Amino acid sequence: MSTAMLEEYAEREYEFGFVTDIDQEMIPPGLDESVVRLISAKKEEPEWLLEWRLKAFSHWLKMEEPQWANVKYDPIDYQKIIYYAAPKSDKDRPKSLEEVDPELLRTYEKLGIPLKEQEMLAGVAVDAVFDSVSVATTFKGKLAELGIVFCSFSEAVKNHPELVKKYLGSVVPYSDNFFATLNSAVFSDGSFVYIPKGVRCPMELSTYFRINAMNTGQFERTLIVADEGATVSYLEGCTAPMRDENQLHAAVVELVAMDDASIKYSTVQNWYPGDLETGKGGIFNFVTKRGKCEGKRSKISWTQVETGSAVTWKYPSCILKGDDSVGEFYSVALTKGWQQADTGTKMVHIGKNTTSTIISKGISAGQGQNTYRGQVKILKGAHGARNFSQCDSMLIGDRCGAHTFPYIDVNNPSARMEHEATTSKIGEDQIFYCNQRGIATEDAVSMIVNGFCREVFRELPMEFAVEAQKLLEVNLEGSVG
Amino acid sequence: MSILEIKNLRASVEEKEILKGISLTVKAGEVHAIMGPNGSGKSTLAQVLAGREEYKVTGGKVLYRGKDLLELGPEERAREGVFMAFQYPVEIPGVSNTYFLKAALNAIRKHRGEKEVDAVEFLKLVREKMKLVKMDETLLRRPVNEGFSGGEKKRNEIFHMAVLEPILGVLDETDSGLDIDALKIVAEGVNSLRDQNRAFVVITHYQRLLDYIIPDFVHVLVEGRIVRSGGKELALELEEKGYSWLEEEASALATA
Repeated sequence: MSTAMLEEYAEREYEFGFVTDIDQEMIPPGLDESVVRLISAKKEEPEWLLEWRLKAFSHWLKMEEPQWANVKYDPIDYQKIIYYAAPKSDKDRPKSLEEVDPELLRTYEKLGIPLKEQEMLAGVAVDAVFDSVSVATTFKGKLAELGIVFCSFSEAVKNHPELVKKYLGSVVPYSDNFFATLNSAVFSDGSFVYIPKGVRCPMELSTYFRINAMNTGQFERTLIVADEGATVSYLEGCTAPMRDENQLHAAVVELVAMDDASIKYSTVQNWYPGDLETGKGGIFNFVTKRGKCEGKRSKISWTQVETGSAVTWKYPSCILKGDDSVGEFYSVALTKGWQQADTGTKMVHIGKNTTSTIISKGISAGQGQNTYRGQVKILKGAHGARNFSQCDSMLIGDRCGAHTFPYIDVNNPSARMEHEATTSKIGEDQIFYCNQRGIATEDAVSMIVNGFCREVFRELPMEFAVEAQKLLEVNLEGSVG
Repeated sequence: MSILEIKNLRASVEEKEILKGISLTVKAGEVHAIMGPNGSGKSTLAQVLAGREEYKVTGGKVLYRGKDLLELGPEERAREGVFMAFQYPVEIPGVSNTYFLKAALNAIRKHRGEKEVDAVEFLKLVREKMKLVKMDETLLRRPVNEGFSGGEKKRNEIFHMAVLEPILGVLDETDSGLDIDALKIVAEGVNSLRDQNRAFVVITHYQRLLDYIIPDFVHVLVEGRIVRSGGKELALELEEKGYSWLEEEASALATA
């Protein structure tokens, strides 16, 4: 499906480039060194960053696309992708919600998203966006008083080059893997966060407020650094499906936590999963997310709720380098229709008395295929390391699948590991029990599934948790019966 | 008015006929006990009334307050006031008992055109009803039936019934697996709900429960048929003589 799709889509984009002659901020599809140079030049980047991109690019040319994941998709033609497009001008945006896909609006409605936010999410060119920008500015002022840097990646390169230079690639090196390397060569934009020593960030940082950096495209790059004793909670994504025209997404997220620092990174991902009947047109989400607990007693916690995309390939991981550092991974992944998800985590224990917790909940409905793939690695020096893993799968219907691949590699005899795994089928008798109390089947299913995911949802910030529950409900509609 | 009128009801599970023509009329304010040996079709009757899909009705009629009950889905029956206390209550991990019950109550209220209850009203109601079955408050916060003992599960069923206030309560072997103290508590809960507008069908294997829930009528089910009906003294007779004499009668009837 994808070649044809990408082709069609690439042509369409290309066509746009010619029709709207004024839009000079888009380059033809294809990738070579000159494209990398062009991206860097457009962004007015310093020499060192261009060098870094070029190193990544030449490395990428020697790499092969990974085939080990338990997902199937047609080969991607990397020469048919457009690697640079400036954010759309108002002229290209829909003028009002009336011009937006009614299906998208129906979903917004169900999720109870206020009208102004709907306009923003759908990319409508109206004043609503300006309202949000002013809100964002107010917050930025507050954060700046505390010395917190929260801005787009491009701004950070301009205003805080020393920080970017120090930490970029320090967790996910440019040579890390096929998709991360591609991202390193052509990344468009993303977020940058720096929390100075001893500062507790007073609010949840969300890309939501980062309106000016919206439409960062398919190669997003995020870097979050929490200095000694700093604390931050970052929310990525949005429960509402975003208008998005890119099929391939290959983002990179790097987190660095120094001594006693703590980073909590929560994601709700609801990209277009493709046509429910045929699976056509969905987004490929090939993301590299990794955090490094550099300092002693540092903590990195990943929480993700993955309900969208046609193919998900994603393993938010923790490198537990500092002694007594803590890594956590809480995940809910729902696949329905023809969705495929191969997701999990990697916990690498390097320091002494490092602890990691993995809670993964996979839900499959329709023809969905859900794979948990996780690795716990205890290195030689990691005395007293502990890991607890729990991987639960739930099946709805009999055409879907759940798979679990836990890899455990222990090189220190004092390590303690626990692994629990269950697979359950949503029971007719559970549904009947709910029915007998007056609860309709659809409500029963979403109640049972939400109950199944509770341990993960309670890790999400309050508001996000409520939205995530609602999101599952909307996504499960029509899964049973 | 009759709450329940069962006319010549036949039902089968996986092609096997279990109920072979049952007729029974239950009026408001009455308690009917259905007794019988294992495999006689007692639980099948309960499941058919509650609307379980695997149980196929192959003949006869069931009228509930004058309306065709069999036309309604299980959740519609529940909202119309039919409650079944399960013999084996199901566990729903991660869903708190309170949350579940509030969803159930509001679904029923919505159906009746009543306002949904808010959290404060609901908690007040729940606290009051809990006393009826002497339930520990921690069971409210715990996931539905998960990790409950056998007795706690049965008490929880009666507690649900007390909150949802059905018109027809069907108790499917609620006494099985209960010790005498728990049995008394369950019976007290049921008795407190007895009134002129409500009716109960109490399914049990043993007479014991009927010492505490005194029935107006007792029916004996053998091989899918009601072979004898009488007052509460029939239960005592069964206690004394067992089921075998009725089973012999039934097989004689079947071959005749």
